[in-house]
Amino acid sequence: MKARVLVRLKPGILDVQGASVQRALQGLGFGEVQGLRVGKVLDLELDGVSGDSARQRVEEMCARLLTNPVIEDYTVEMLG
Amino acid sequence: MNFGVVVFPGTWSDCDFHYVIGEVLHQPVRYVWHRDSELADFDCLILPGGFSYGDYLRAGAVAGRSPVVEALPEFVAKGGLVLGSCNGFQILCESKLLPGALMRNECLQYRCQSTFLRVENAETSFTRAMRPGQILKMPISHGEGKFYADAETLRRVRDQKQIVFRYASEDGRVVKDANPNGSLDNIAGLINEEGTVLGLMPHPERASENAMGGTDGLLIFHSLLGSLVEDGSFLKR
Repeated sequence: MKARVLVRLKPGILDVQGASVQRALQGLGFGEVQGLRVGKVLDLELDGVSGDSARQRVEEMCARLLTNPVIEDYTVEMLG
Repeated sequence: MNFGVVVFPGTWSDCDFHYVIGEVLHQPVRYVWHRDSELADFDCLILPGGFSYGDYLRAGAVAGRSPVVEALPEFVAKGGLVLGSCNGFQILCESKLLPGALMRNECLQYRCQSTFLRVENAETSFTRAMRPGQILKMPISHGEGKFYADAETLRRVRDQKQIVFRYASEDGRVVKDANPNGSLDNIAGLINEEGTVLGLMPHPERASENAMGGTDGLLIFHSLLGSLVEDGSFLKR
């Protein structure tokens, strides 16, 4: 079973990395880019768990280590 | 009183702290490996700077869940003191021993430079040898030292005098130009509500001998020694 965790900085928190990449794109002529925020993808391969309990375990991983709730939001996607 | 210097894979300021405590201050000091959780022998634990576990995921994230850090709440509940510098500050925030988070520097650059700090609270176990408003010179060396907290948390740490050091100009003005990393409210060092855990981004261990360009960092150690002796906490434990 696979799971994908998408981690993003919370809205309103300045993303200096995103702003820098955005400026670089604008410098390359992509002036239409009006906003860019950098996040993280964590792909997990799971063994011995399934269904709701697998999701619950991944949620627990997010709370314990994978994300910092002070600055980040996340979504969990179960990929079957 | 016994000091412990915690060593994670990737820690780099452990030897400097060990040297200052042992050779400059002549106090008993031992290294503590990150898998140890037996801390009863110590009065004060140091979480030094560096890149613990490569700072993978987030700075201090993995170290913040290590056996030694998970043993810290019990250690401080029994009267122990904890000082985290640089990566140690990041670890303390990641482990929720201190509020807020440390993020990438606003300038995007790694900053390795001298800074001036204004003492905002001289009534802690870590700062009692200082004067309120005193200006200290200490170096920083980090890429992720921008303190962030939500508005409610910021209000709380201000009200409870948990902000211990602010980046300031040499003449003591807390201004944007003196802020090397974009830290919220120019926060350079923060203490917990109980006054037992201090985190700061600057390196006191690198400002502890004249040959290093200054000794203001020693004031933290002198404060700690005074607190530990006077409070007798090391005798009770």
